[in-house]
Amino acid sequence: MPSHQLIDTYAAEISAEKQASVMGGTSSGTEKRYNVLFNDYPDPDAIRKVAAQIKQHTLDHLDTYLAQAEEQLTANGANVHFAETDQDARETVLNILQQHGVKRLTKSKSMASEEIHLNPYLVKNGIECLESDLGEFIIQLDDDVPSHIVKPIIHKNRREIANTFLKEGIAQDYNDDPETITRRARTHLREKYFQAEAGITGGNFVSAESGRMVLVTNEGNARFGMAPPPVHIALIGIEKLVPRDQDLGVLLNLLGRSATGQQLTVYTQFINGPRSAQQPSGPEHMHVVFMDNGRSDILASNCKEILRCIRCSACQNVCPIYRQSSGHAYRATYGGPVGAVLSPLLAGDKFPELADLPKASTLCGACREVCPVDIPIPDLLLRLRDRAKQEKIKSPGALPMAPFAELATSPKLWRTTMTMSKAMNHLPLHVAPIKPMQAWLGQRTLPRSTGGDFRKWLKKRQD
Amino acid sequence: MNHTQDTPCSSAKHQKVLLMGTCLCDAFYADAAKATVEILEHLGVEVIFPIDQTCCGQPAFNSGDWKSSRKVARHAADVFAGKLPIIVPSGSCAAMHRHGNPLQFEKEDDLPVIEDMGRRTFELTDFIVNELGITSWPGKLDAKIAFHHSCHTRGTGTRAAATTLLNAIDGVQLVEYGQKEQCCGFGGTFCVTFPNISGKMGTLKLDNLLDDQPDFLVSADLSCMMHLGGLAEKQNRPITYRHVAQILLASLKGVTP
Ligand code: SF4
Repeated sequence: MPSHQLIDTYAAEISAEKQASVMGGTSSGTEKRYNVLFNDYPDPDAIRKVAAQIKQHTLDHLDTYLAQAEEQLTANGANVHFAETDQDARETVLNILQQHGVKRLTKSKSMASEEIHLNPYLVKNGIECLESDLGEFIIQLDDDVPSHIVKPIIHKNRREIANTFLKEGIAQDYNDDPETITRRARTHLREKYFQAEAGITGGNFVSAESGRMVLVTNEGNARFGMAPPPVHIALIGIEKLVPRDQDLGVLLNLLGRSATGQQLTVYTQFINGPRSAQQPSGPEHMHVVFMDNGRSDILASNCKEILRCIRCSACQNVCPIYRQSSGHAYRATYGGPVGAVLSPLLAGDKFPELADLPKASTLCGACREVCPVDIPIPDLLLRLRDRAKQEKIKSPGALPMAPFAELATSPKLWRTTMTMSKAMNHLPLHVAPIKPMQAWLGQRTLPRSTGGDFRKWLKKRQD
Repeated sequence: MNHTQDTPCSSAKHQKVLLMGTCLCDAFYADAAKATVEILEHLGVEVIFPIDQTCCGQPAFNSGDWKSSRKVARHAADVFAGKLPIIVPSGSCAAMHRHGNPLQFEKEDDLPVIEDMGRRTFELTDFIVNELGITSWPGKLDAKIAFHHSCHTRGTGTRAAATTLLNAIDGVQLVEYGQKEQCCGFGGTFCVTFPNISGKMGTLKLDNLLDDQPDFLVSADLSCMMHLGGLAEKQNRPITYRHVAQILLASLKGVTP
């Protein structure tokens, strides 16, 4: 068994270039968020608490709100589907596409679709599937996976992207100017939009009261992707509901600010249903696929608060472990603090494979401090650590705690041990074959032991 | 020792307190514990140190071995039984009593006892400023200090309390530094199971903290200091670090901490 955790090994081996990209992108994200929130609101924390209540209330009454949303969406002319597992969700989407005879489509950024690996599945079934978000488009070209919820290519720099464009024939010459890169991608994508027979999107919120669905983007790609084709499919986790339209006021104000430091994202779409008779364009068919994929189990667990998440990425940006290791180190769709909770839970039976994720935290609490829906992430990480221990999942480098507890409940032995710890001052610790000691000394020196001195001093004063 | 008949903390506000010395002070930082006793006494508080105390149980708790950590917490609850406030020179142990323990005892019958212990526990400077109401400090010390905001004091009264007291010392200059919200990378057993990340985080923290060349690195948590100080020494940029109590005491005595 290795003595270090996997994520630590990943951080030790990450290229300097990749780490610099991640560090730069996340640090600026944290700073922008802070500036805009504290500039705009006297007490952003109060708003976070309200947002948390809205989302928690929704989760506590999810059955009711799902039924209401279904009713409203249907009344608005949309077709509503429910998918229990990832397999169900993939098949549901494929069936819809086949029903409409779709052979090619564009897709805007959707973490839900990443979660169920929708793209490779559709491609395997003969459907051309083009990512229209610039970051996701580059990921697709590179055959890479996103490493961040909001900025999927946060781990890449513009030189790499320029090279990819050259290699893939998107560009005829090397140019790493961000504006040029964007323009080139746009030109390439524009043509594809018109060929698409369907547009797949995610969904940021759905109001149960009206069935109104909200989509936010900064590139307008979701909007554009929905204009030409006759079919729109929205793949949405069941936790994305809010009770009323007015709740969106609170959540949208927090989402843009927390995610990218914007007061509002450039495009905020409200979609009521398929195109109405009075509308000049838009898809004639709208399908909403509500996906469970393990969420009901999470709802029944002691980590249900994680379902409040609105995927803003503020916790990823502020997280020192994420910054050092990148999202890829987490080996799952969701990395960083949110992922360290959500990914092992979504893994279901495969929980043991990702049981190391909740350990990748100093429990510093920075994530909780920035989370717009006040998810007590450190508490949830701790609960998952407890679960891993109860399920007897091996953990690299873990120190045996039962002997420690024995010592810490035997006061006399404790005092003797403390006094004896002074002997350490005279031992060649750097050659001691004790792994944790070596892990400590590899990075740091150890202070001199003063074991027993304080108690002696106290006693002397009393005598 | 039996403290059950002692004065409740509501009446005769805090004339007597129980000191929780912490395992780190027991093993490495005797001077910080002594300073804690001396400044409390200077404020007219009688300090009782229950000798059977050991550790708050945090190492086991953070590792996920809650069976072990509950055992340690129950021992602490016995040792610190009664109605007296429990004062601890560590934001992290205070957070364990106040927040960690109730979490791990959620489904246990003795939750009320554990919660009561949590409510009685105060980090030292939080206690001095927010319970005793003391915001001035009649000491003198000419020193540039970088105060490290330990993570377990996030959202607690300690951050403002400790800086209030330090700022009140004549001659002390608190330096500003970048990325205050970032953790130092200690994290308990994290520092040995994620040594690379821990080291990198600590190095970044040091870069920020030492930017303005402070004379002392000070914190309400010695665990962070032990990690950062050891890291700095290993990197050949040694820095003198102290617990905030040591600064307060030295300023009263007019000596170098
Ligand atoms: S857990 Fe909170 S901070 Fe992290 S992505 Fe979700 S909403 Fe944002």
